[in-house]
Amino acid sequence: MMSAPLAAGAWSAGSLSLAIPEIALAVSACLILLCDVYFGAGRRGLTATLTMLALTIGVALTSRYGLSLHRALLFNGLYVADPLSGFLKMAGFIAMATAVYYSQDYLQQRGIRGGEYYVLCLSALLGIFVLISANSLLTVYLGIELLSLSLYALVAFDRDSGIAAEAAVKYFVLGAISSGVLLYGMSMLYGLTGTLDLDQLSLAVRHDPDAALIIGVSFVVASIAFKFGAVPFHMWVPDVYQGAPTSVTLYIATVSNLGSFALIVRLLAHGLAGAPAIWTQMLMAVAVLSMLVGNLGAIAQANIKRMLAYSAIANAGFVLLGFSTGDNAGYQAALNFTIAYVLTTLASFGMILILSRKGFEHEQIADFKGLATRDPLLAAMMLALMFSTAGVPPFIGFWAKLWIIQALLGGAHVWLATFAVLVSVIGAFYYLRVVWYMYFEVAGDRIVPEPRRRLRFILLLNTAAVTVMGLLPNALLSLCQRVLP
Amino acid sequence: MQHIGLLSVVIWLPVLGGLVTLGLGEQRARMARWAALVSALLTLACCVRLYAGFTGGTAEFQFTERLAWIPALSSQYDLGVDGISLPLILLTAFMTVPVIIAGWTVVEKRPAQYYAAFLIMEGLMIGVFSARDALLFYFFWEAMLIPMFVIIGVWGGPRRVYATLKFFLYTFLGSVLMLVALVYMYLKAGDYSIASLQQLPLTLAEQRWIFLAFLLAFAVKVPMWPVHTWLPDAHVEAPTGGSVILAAIMLKMGGYGLLRFSLPITPDASRELDWLIIMLSLIAIIYIAFVALVQQDMKKLIAYSSIAHMGFVTLGAFLVFFIVAATGSPQGAGNGMDGAVVQMISHGLISGALFLCIGVMYDRLHTRDISAYGGVINVMPKFGAFMVLFALANSGLPATSGFIGEFLVILASFKAGFWFALLAASILVTGAAYNLWLVKRVIFGAVANDKVAAMQDLDGREFLVLGVLALAVLAIGIWPAPMLRMMEPSVQHLLQQVLTSKIPGAA
Repeated sequence: MMSAPLAAGAWSAGSLSLAIPEIALAVSACLILLCDVYFGAGRRGLTATLTMLALTIGVALTSRYGLSLHRALLFNGLYVADPLSGFLKMAGFIAMATAVYYSQDYLQQRGIRGGEYYVLCLSALLGIFVLISANSLLTVYLGIELLSLSLYALVAFDRDSGIAAEAAVKYFVLGAISSGVLLYGMSMLYGLTGTLDLDQLSLAVRHDPDAALIIGVSFVVASIAFKFGAVPFHMWVPDVYQGAPTSVTLYIATVSNLGSFALIVRLLAHGLAGAPAIWTQMLMAVAVLSMLVGNLGAIAQANIKRMLAYSAIANAGFVLLGFSTGDNAGYQAALNFTIAYVLTTLASFGMILILSRKGFEHEQIADFKGLATRDPLLAAMMLALMFSTAGVPPFIGFWAKLWIIQALLGGAHVWLATFAVLVSVIGAFYYLRVVWYMYFEVAGDRIVPEPRRRLRFILLLNTAAVTVMGLLPNALLSLCQRVLP
Repeated sequence: MQHIGLLSVVIWLPVLGGLVTLGLGEQRARMARWAALVSALLTLACCVRLYAGFTGGTAEFQFTERLAWIPALSSQYDLGVDGISLPLILLTAFMTVPVIIAGWTVVEKRPAQYYAAFLIMEGLMIGVFSARDALLFYFFWEAMLIPMFVIIGVWGGPRRVYATLKFFLYTFLGSVLMLVALVYMYLKAGDYSIASLQQLPLTLAEQRWIFLAFLLAFAVKVPMWPVHTWLPDAHVEAPTGGSVILAAIMLKMGGYGLLRFSLPITPDASRELDWLIIMLSLIAIIYIAFVALVQQDMKKLIAYSSIAHMGFVTLGAFLVFFIVAATGSPQGAGNGMDGAVVQMISHGLISGALFLCIGVMYDRLHTRDISAYGGVINVMPKFGAFMVLFALANSGLPATSGFIGEFLVILASFKAGFWFALLAASILVTGAAYNLWLVKRVIFGAVANDKVAAMQDLDGREFLVLGVLALAVLAIGIWPAPMLRMMEPSVQHLLQQVLTSKIPGAA
């Protein structure tokens, strides 16, 4: 562990210190892998503890070295450090630490003890970080591949599970196609402009759009939509969410979302800032379809993971709507939405994890029946989370949606805003159904959840954050304004 | 004012009390009950101080508090009361106490959660009435749906899930469009303060859209015909306390919204579209009263009568333009708005009391079918007296509060035109018909069956609750002057706003 700061110290003469988060992450992933090989046998929880330690150190180092108040370029302009990158990386560390914390018991109960699990999570996070700081088409591609390959392996991690393997294959095949599409689009952009650098690209596309540019951009947008799980590239989402081990679903639904956000910020909002007319229209169409399909699809689900998958599709629609405004107000709103969504979804999946036991996957919505009598505290927390995701005050989800609507109206998209709020009403129904099962139905023969005090405490903190940031939303809103000026 | 004021206390004290009650849990239900009662009483005491400290004779907001809340959205934690909102706040604090007492021995299923939900809702409802910032208003307005959703869903009747989902989705659908309208205006005005939205110049086309968005939100809450269908379902399935709060206070939010938002923010669209509101109000008054007449379920009957009576609120609020058109001066239009506010308060007390009465009978016989009862007065003379009083008050008997509101509105409608008055006054006949027929079938006559014969008369707790409500109904009916004086300046101010065009360029 200690080698990370040492390594940084040795190079600190240069401006490398801004890349400390990635360096620390890469070094600690390697070290943890080694530790697991040599000392891991027979010591349960060693890698998990080391991972938590690595993430804590990462947070400390990032807050010391990795935060940049200005835009700074490294590695010949391949890598950018700006306020946004520092903010997203901190969010990534914290989200992953929370996710790891929620997953530990679940993994142990299922005999998934391999240290590789945590190493893959760390390397996925590294991929996200590379995406966050990408300033060149190549860096973007590098980040997205690192992230995706780690995720494919994670989805298949429970190797005895047929449904997980099926999900992993689907994810892999579709993801590989999407990567190919992205590469193809990038090659067209390169051919048209002669540059891979996103700064130069944004200047080079500042002319009347021709057919080739439009085709190139549509390939890029398609691949971004795939990453977000937006319609019509959403097919993998429900299967992967349902098939993957819940802890992996948690990771994909939350931490990985930060990567998708970074991808669209760097590629479209920055790299193609010169030609917004092309992609804002496409994003609008994709967003509207996602919100429709996601919200309508979620109604029909009986499996909560699958329901949350459709909810993720609908929420991706909201984020894309924010970007479809093509202005900073929209990007800020999308950032705020992403953070709010990650925070709430962490707790929602944490709830599924805490309710699962050895030999019992708590994944049917019907499993929530009567939770209000069996465990009032967990039920009250889940109620808050569901209403937050539905966008009802006083929870954080309300402000997230409000800001997107405001950005849309600011861009004079009155009908899109109206559409967005109306589909939210459809969406409210399936979140309410969880509350209905918890509160209005009788428990039957379902058992009282295990106490698990530490996990419960973190979950409580997480839900408290969802509520407090809903009561006092200013801090997050102004932070989003500051990092995306 | 920078420190925490009385209004904040009135909002957050019950919420806090609710959380304490929730924390005590079902194992300590006795303590939870007392904690709930104490917080409700403390809130009421604070409201009495609010009333005592209120200076009449001015339309200015009082007890104002202003704190930075969301500078990023130029939204403030901005509270204050005027002559229109104070009576509603008093009503809210006043009605929560009987609701808690009425559930004292009756609610056996998760009592702590039951009381907590009501207390949290009380705080949020007071927040709705005292917010001077549109975003804060919306915040309370939506948040309040959560406890009501749970109340109907957990403690309601057999079809409670259907009813509560219908209630939630209906009202949610209504209010999201209002949010779009508010954000739209915020982007033009630069902040969310209701006062600056009221001064914001808007073209007629904009006003029309905003008016319709508001109308949907408020019409669903009032509820106006034809978006009223959630109300009978919700009432029938809700527990007694839920019905009381629903009828007494939540419906008033719609009326309050029309007075605070629709009329002053979109006066020109209101003038243009007032025929719509008046038509819907008259349909509610006439048609829904007939619907009430044929109900077999007592709660449904009172629910429909609520819709008809709320028709008077919307009618009184929007008569002003017809009065100006007919007489050339706004004189007398104030009566309509006064009547609208008085009717809200009075209907809050009376319908709340009637639902409590039905709750008393339901606790004994576990049915709300009118046909299951008959001759109740023979076995429950004290209860019979109360029930008859409230039923008569509901039909607008002079010397009860029901008379004042209806009379003022009918007075104003005479100014607008004879036919308005005639149609509005039809409720005096139909209202009397369904109320008296209900009383005749349930209270009077021979004892219908053995179950009725075995009913016990009111115990001390029930007597106290109904007695206090009866006193309030009579007090407002006999001496309405203090209340009218309190609201008069605010109503005049509102009238001025309504009659001033906001179209840019127009004089």
